[in-house]
Amino acid sequence: MSAIFFLIGCSVFIALIFLAAFFWANKTGQHEDTYTPSIRILFDDEPPQVPEGEEETLDVRTPE
Amino acid sequence: MKIGTKTSNSTKCYHCGDTLAGTVYEADGHVFCCVGCQSVYRILSSNNMQQYYRYNTHPGKKLRERSERYEYLDEPTIADKLIDFKNDEITMVTFYIPSIHCSSCIWLLEHLYKLHPAVVASQSDFLKKQVNVTFKHPDLSLRELVELLANVGYEPKITLQDVVKAGRKFSQKGLIAKIAVAGFCFGNSMMLSFPEYFGMAAFEAKYSMFFGWMNLGFALPVLLYSGRDYFQSAWHSLRHRQLNLDVPLALGILVLFVRTAWEILSATGPGFADTLCGLVFFLLVGRWVQQRTYHHLSFERDYRSYFPVAVTRLGAANAKPVPLAEISVGDRLLIRSNEVIPADAILLKGQAAIDFSFVTGESEPVEKVLGEIIYAGGRQLGEAIELEVVKPVSQSYLTKLWNNDAFKQYKKRFRTFSNVVSQYFTLVLLAIAITAMAYWFLRDDPAKAWGAFTAVLIIACPCALALSTPFTLSVALRVFDRHGFYVKNTAAVEQLAAVDCLVFDKTGTISSPSAARMRFEGQLQAGELAMVVSVCQNSNHPLSRELVKWAGPMELMPIGNYQETGGKGIEAEVHSNRVRIGSAAFTGARDAAGASPTGSRIYIAINNEVKGFFIVEQPWREGLREVMGELAKPYDLHLVSGDNAKERERLREIFPPDADLLFGKLPAQKLEYINKLQHTGSKVCMFGDGLNDAGALRQADLGIAVSDDINNFSPGCDAILDGRSFVLLPRFLRFAKDAVKVIHMSFGISLTYNVIGLSFAVMGTMSPLFAAVLMPLSTVTIIGFTTVVAHAYAAKNQLNNIRS
Repeated sequence: MSAIFFLIGCSVFIALIFLAAFFWANKTGQHEDTYTPSIRILFDDEPPQVPEGEEETLDVRTPE
Repeated sequence: MKIGTKTSNSTKCYHCGDTLAGTVYEADGHVFCCVGCQSVYRILSSNNMQQYYRYNTHPGKKLRERSERYEYLDEPTIADKLIDFKNDEITMVTFYIPSIHCSSCIWLLEHLYKLHPAVVASQSDFLKKQVNVTFKHPDLSLRELVELLANVGYEPKITLQDVVKAGRKFSQKGLIAKIAVAGFCFGNSMMLSFPEYFGMAAFEAKYSMFFGWMNLGFALPVLLYSGRDYFQSAWHSLRHRQLNLDVPLALGILVLFVRTAWEILSATGPGFADTLCGLVFFLLVGRWVQQRTYHHLSFERDYRSYFPVAVTRLGAANAKPVPLAEISVGDRLLIRSNEVIPADAILLKGQAAIDFSFVTGESEPVEKVLGEIIYAGGRQLGEAIELEVVKPVSQSYLTKLWNNDAFKQYKKRFRTFSNVVSQYFTLVLLAIAITAMAYWFLRDDPAKAWGAFTAVLIIACPCALALSTPFTLSVALRVFDRHGFYVKNTAAVEQLAAVDCLVFDKTGTISSPSAARMRFEGQLQAGELAMVVSVCQNSNHPLSRELVKWAGPMELMPIGNYQETGGKGIEAEVHSNRVRIGSAAFTGARDAAGASPTGSRIYIAINNEVKGFFIVEQPWREGLREVMGELAKPYDLHLVSGDNAKERERLREIFPPDADLLFGKLPAQKLEYINKLQHTGSKVCMFGDGLNDAGALRQADLGIAVSDDINNFSPGCDAILDGRSFVLLPRFLRFAKDAVKVIHMSFGISLTYNVIGLSFAVMGTMSPLFAAVLMPLSTVTIIGFTTVVAHAYAAKNQLNNIRS
């Protein structure tokens, strides 16, 4: 049953790693702007050739 | 923004989406409404950036007349104030760009390096409407960068009071870190407490010591780090001989920790570590909900964000842009068309036609002759003029308001509901705790006495009470926000519910500057109207645009020899007819002032024959009559206008008979009037829009700035109301009252929980499990109740639909 000391130790240690990761994310400003990256990821590197008149717009909504 | 729709490219401008009328400009088979849109397209297409048009159809905004000139950015003293960082090679700067509105904007602003190789990187923040640019300053100056942005339609807004920098001061990072620690400890200590709650077999009992010590370890950072603010706030409050809600909270947290530590150290019980962590966690979440604010709006603006950053000073040899602070009495300034006059000055040269609408509320431009004093804050509409400064910027007529002592010391004092309640709450709580302790001492049971005393302080810790206000009012803030009403903080919502007297400004507040009504007096044939519209089509003056809009689509004629005389009028030749449009003096008409009581006039002369004039009437905001009708009953209504009394009769009909209508009031008189109302015991809410209302907005218990473009300047205030939402005002006021009602109800619920808990606590029979269940249960009930009921009230007031 002394395994429980080890297991609890492990679980708290892993939880501490996550807490540290959260602190790091918070400190580097990853929670500052939660909207723009979601659009940025949709941009293409090179524009594919779309025939004239069949252009489609991305369904990107802006929050109102 | 259009979403996913295909629009025929032939009738709308490829860039901005405006309906095409008259002359059409073409490039690469696309059509454009004006040279501005075409030139932006040319810039983008020559840099292989047509992708801009792929993410949204018509992503552009019409290029307005460039409102500023940027020579001043070449002055190192000014530029240094704007940039964030600079070394030998690169400069980093953050701009606020109001025209950011869609994903194409983000794309363009993040691909600036395609436009100019000296741009190293650029990153935009959509919600804050900001872009952060890193560029190599040896190859690209700050001024060139700003001009580059302006040329593609993204003109940064640069003001003395930099909104970008002010917004950055406020950060929730510290609070979020505290929440993270509390949440981490809460989760872990709850897990370690479960064995105790579920009961342990005899052979497992040896672990309970281990669990207890672990729990104590988790409670320590919560007490010392996460809960620190509560102790500081409680101590601060006690030193000022007040009892705010943080006093019982801090007391509860402290007692929880002491009793937990005592039980664990003396091995007499499991303690309340998980309750302690959970309590602090929920409290901090409540605080976080309350603190969320609008990044993109500034409620603290003063004249500095309206005035230009720099102004051109004429020296003996040359003209040089200087920062406003360096201007002293006797300096000669050059004010170009559309620039704001920064200090009280005497007109030395040129024709001044000053638009004072923002300062005085007067809607028509004022003509000034040489030698007259021009007050700061006006905008020159005509040609460039030269002025001599007679008062420094900070001592000018308008800016004096801010340097007024009363204005500086002034701080809004409003006791929120929870502040009022906490006074009594703490005293009653202490009385119950001491009574319970005394009772058990008298019965000679000291162990139970201490148990009961601590249990009372723990169980009655007003966690649910502390959460009811933030959660209810944050729902209210979001509901208001969705409907174009931006309230500064939750206390302002409570204040909104408490006001009983509404004071309105006139121009720009209850009259709408955008949707003017127009009629023509005189004789004008159909062909002649087309001529007039063809000429007006080329002007950016608001009245010209108004006239074109009024005339509707029509066959346009080619024009030649177009000339615009700022502040006076425009002229051009149409089919060899000379068309002059503008003021009476410009067209050679006899000025019949007084014949018509209201509005601005546009005179028309064709071949030197005056045909008549258009009257532009400033209409009231949509639904003004209904709004006033609805507000007349519950509120005391007043009108305080800086304009003259020419519209008194029309307003008399709209306002209730007992309302006070005052005209021709100076900014200081408006402030004085609010003050007078407050002395009669009224809680005053002021509605205004301009600098002239700034003093009154600050003095009032609640100042609401009405603005048609929330990104533009609005004076310092507690809330900003989008002009289009003016008609919803009665519903906003009702909803604010309902929100306060919800707080009262949830207070009742949390009190019920307290009574239940207390009845156990005073008996000295409260178990850790009981506390561990009751505390989160009451918290969740309150959060759920306030959210659901507040939304229900929003629906009742028809505020549930998102404005289309």
